[in-house]
Amino acid sequence: MKKLSVRRRHPLAAVVVLLLALAATGGLYAAFAPASKAQADETAQSLTIKEGKKLYEVGCASCHGTGGQGSSDGPSLVGVGAAAVDFQVATGRMPAATSQGPQVVKKKNIYTQAQIDQLAAYIASLGAGPNVPTEQQYGPEGADIAKGGELFRTNCAQCHNFTGKGGALTKGKFAPTLEGVAPKHIYEAMQTGPQNMPSFPDTTLSEKNKKDIIAYLHAVNGSDTENPGGMELGGLGPVSEGLFAWIFGLGVLIAVAVWVAARTAKAKKS
Amino acid sequence: MSSQDIPEENLPAEQDHAHGAVTVADEENPFADPGLPPHEHRIQDIDEQAARRSERAVALLFTLSMLATVGFIVSYVAIPHDKSIFVFPIGHISALNFALGLTLGTALFCIGAGAVHWARTLMSDVEVPAERHPIEAPAEVRAQVHADFRQGAKESALGRRKLIRNTMLGALTLVPLSGVMLLRDLGPLPGTSLRHTLWAKGKRLVNMNTNQPLRPEDVAVGSLTFAKPDGLEEKSEDFQNEIAKAALMIVRLQPGNIKDKRELDWAHEGIVAFSKICTHVGCPISLYEQQTHHVLCPCHQSTFDLSDGARVIFGPAGHALPQLRIGVDSEGYLQALGDFEEPVGPAFWERG
Repeated sequence: MKKLSVRRRHPLAAVVVLLLALAATGGLYAAFAPASKAQADETAQSLTIKEGKKLYEVGCASCHGTGGQGSSDGPSLVGVGAAAVDFQVATGRMPAATSQGPQVVKKKNIYTQAQIDQLAAYIASLGAGPNVPTEQQYGPEGADIAKGGELFRTNCAQCHNFTGKGGALTKGKFAPTLEGVAPKHIYEAMQTGPQNMPSFPDTTLSEKNKKDIIAYLHAVNGSDTENPGGMELGGLGPVSEGLFAWIFGLGVLIAVAVWVAARTAKAKKS
Repeated sequence: MSSQDIPEENLPAEQDHAHGAVTVADEENPFADPGLPPHEHRIQDIDEQAARRSERAVALLFTLSMLATVGFIVSYVAIPHDKSIFVFPIGHISALNFALGLTLGTALFCIGAGAVHWARTLMSDVEVPAERHPIEAPAEVRAQVHADFRQGAKESALGRRKLIRNTMLGALTLVPLSGVMLLRDLGPLPGTSLRHTLWAKGKRLVNMNTNQPLRPEDVAVGSLTFAKPDGLEEKSEDFQNEIAKAALMIVRLQPGNIKDKRELDWAHEGIVAFSKICTHVGCPISLYEQQTHHVLCPCHQSTFDLSDGARVIFGPAGHALPQLRIGVDSEGYLQALGDFEEPVGPAFWERG
């Protein structure tokens, strides 16, 4: 102690004490600080979620709430899953301009696929839900088109018309046409049931069933579908065909008859 | 034929010189027949060359028709049935269909057009009045017919040979009965079959898509599933008759959203099973809107509220969709707890 007390008044003593005290505080802090801070997650997944949260706060939070809990303007997004986000955003339905009107319709998508994936990752992190399907799930390989037709007529045709041309519902709502809709989005719609469409989860409509339905739609409604009849008149069946036949078919016949009778065959025109 | 009642001056022969000489109504004859206007000739009646031109036009149309018919036969033989072509306003179309329609249409149209052109330009176009004649036959004709009838009746001896007459009448009376008998094929009467379906206590609900019995955990809120009674297979002979009554629509609601007490009692954890047959005229009804819980019928827009006992909220349907009471069996599958309480589908007289 003598030695120490000898140097007590050394000009550097205060500095040494200060350093020791700082080191002790720092060490104690390191020992007791919350563990999560120490192992800050910098994996790609969490970065994606962070980016998604940023996008969410800009584009979605005003209606769906700051944490996806929903508000009077939009439903809760907890548990809707990545598939719902991919469908809604990639088809341009979300972000919706307004929650007014009978239903939100398809419009130009303003996000890149990478941004959509980030948003989807964020929403998926809020609660478990259906994932975005893979090419293998909705691709045409191994699909049974005939079975798909049967399933389509049982489950989908009542609203979407037997070849997927869409149809009217109540109070201005409608089932949109399935023409030109990406197979992935059809799959996601069946899985998640957007807006008023009921969902068809894998427990009641298996993955294979969904694949069959998509293959059927491609066969009857795809861009290279052969149409031996020509002039499908909207594919609405007897209503549009009958209307066309009665108005234009009969109309032409009447016009020809009037034209024939109106022209006199006489040499001297009166 | 008799012209005894027709005034001489109204006969066609007398009227012919009315051409061009229109009589004027006067004191004596206030409704004088003005006669026909003078006959105008066509260019073909005056000019032999024009007539020949018309003849050639008609012949050309008929020839075109012949060529089109040949074209029809050639297309039928030559064009493969799976060949597709693009025709401007119509779009993609089967080449065979298009060729057959075009050639047959041309063939028929040219015959018609040729006939019309022929009649209008070359056939006689002189106006001919044809007078009406009395409908009644002249007295002597009537007397002759009566005499002939009496003679025939006498010669056939119908009045004398009563056995023949009576058996003939019997045969002619009975023969239409065969036709009446065939009407029985419209039956048999439905009896009580309209009041019952295949659903019964303990019948499992089988998913139409997978043909597997459903478990409550398979049915998510907001989903739509169609079910048939266990044991009813598409191959079975009466499948169409039975599924027409037994078709079931299964949705799951949050139990708190179910407003109707009986609906909640008959549901299983919010899973409700309703008949898929509209109560108006029996269309399959399943345009389900999962946010409003409304079901719309595509035929006449009847709308039912599935959260309120499937009550009719719009349209011509007369009563709510019948609900099937469901529960879970010992193995955890959804099962019916009985048949529908009321007849499914449209109303009928004896429905009550």
